Amino acid sequence: MMILVTYDVNTETKQGRKRLRHVANLCVDYGQRVQNSVFECSVVPAEFVELKGKLADIINPELDSIRFYLLGKNWQNRVEQMGNNDSYDPDKDVLLL
Amino acid sequence: MRKLLNTLYITQEDYYLSRERDNIVIKQDGKIVNRFPYRIIENIICFSYLGTSPSLVQLCNENNISLSFLTPTGKFCGRFVGMTNGNVLLRREQYRIADDDIRSIEYAKRSLLAKISSSRKYVLRFKRDHSGKIDESLFNNVDKELLKSIELIKQVKDKDSLRGIEGNAANTYFRVFNDFVLVNKDVFQFNGRTKRPPLDCVNAMLSFGYSLLTNECQSALETVGLDSYVGFFHTDRPGRASMALDLVEEFRSYIVDRFVFSLINKKQVSNKHFDIKENGSVFLNDKGRSIFIKEWQNRKHTEVVHPFINEKVKLMLLPYVQAQLMAKAIRDDLPSYPPFMA
Repeated sequence: MMILVTYDVNTETKQGRKRLRHVANLCVDYGQRVQNSVFECSVVPAEFVELKGKLADIINPELDSIRFYLLGKNWQNRVEQMGNNDSYDPDKDVLLL
Repeated sequence: MRKLLNTLYITQEDYYLSRERDNIVIKQDGKIVNRFPYRIIENIICFSYLGTSPSLVQLCNENNISLSFLTPTGKFCGRFVGMTNGNVLLRREQYRIADDDIRSIEYAKRSLLAKISSSRKYVLRFKRDHSGKIDESLFNNVDKELLKSIELIKQVKDKDSLRGIEGNAANTYFRVFNDFVLVNKDVFQFNGRTKRPPLDCVNAMLSFGYSLLTNECQSALETVGLDSYVGFFHTDRPGRASMALDLVEEFRSYIVDRFVFSLINKKQVSNKHFDIKENGSVFLNDKGRSIFIKEWQNRKHTEVVHPFINEKVKLMLLPYVQAQLMAKAIRDDLPSYPPFMA
């Protein structure tokens, strides 16, 4: 299934900037960055649970927020794009380099 | 059913593969070209010469991503295989069957029946779809002879005669190959099957396609824990993935031949997509290869109903389903091996 992850991490302090870096790195592990702090991750349910667990360990729940949008299996129909786009479809695109 | 993950093809000769955390990172002159999380990939096929970093090899091994190397013309060089999957008892039984001519010939007969009947289905289907444009009497003759081979295989008692019948059936089937070409007939002349090296455009594409298919079959077998080097029909030879070749027989016509002729007949390839070497060998060039792979990858996702398990599966999961059925038959969970009947 496809999930959309967006985050807002408070970067006023040094620890905050560190958390942001860690959250970003973790999201890169699981998916592709489609915009700043917006990631699309094609995962199986187990990986989704794993990702949530890891993110929960990083963030400060009082200052930061993360949202997950579950786009499901037929997610291609639920996404429209306007303007500049260099993303790939992890399920269907031919990854030919 | 298992999810069909994506395949990463590296065709640029100066691309280098490396790892960054959980990402496969593709670099050119040290600069990052692209990156993909390993979780969306199950197969990496490199046509490049630079190779990969050891740490990426480790990532692939740990996560059962198959990593194969081919020359730019599609000749198979080798693949990295991680920890062997599955059960050693399964493999022992596989070796016992391979050593036992009476048991192994049953598997071989079934695979070849499937092969010839799927060739025959393609011949009949082509005749039906393009009647009027083709020499129908040739198609009818070939159909009759293939039918005869099918009957012969059912009665055969030893592997040598089986090889003979199979060879005859293949030659019969190749006789209609020229008629499978409806357009650009001067470019796509087929004068018998030639390999190592292929000597015409049709053979170049067939070889390339069989090479990709063999690779798929080999990973399918290894995923279920079978030894891809010990076959029931193909004999042992150092470096030859005999079991993978056994499995390929069931799909040659259904997956590769149909695909190649549809590329030709839809005019997706033409003479400018091939290179001819001094010794007369013909290969797909960069442009041709990338068209081939793109269409191949699209074809992989076509859904078909598997007649035995009666479930909708993506085309490239068929070798995997067959490998599973093979493992079940070897384990005696199935009374006999059900080959893929298109």
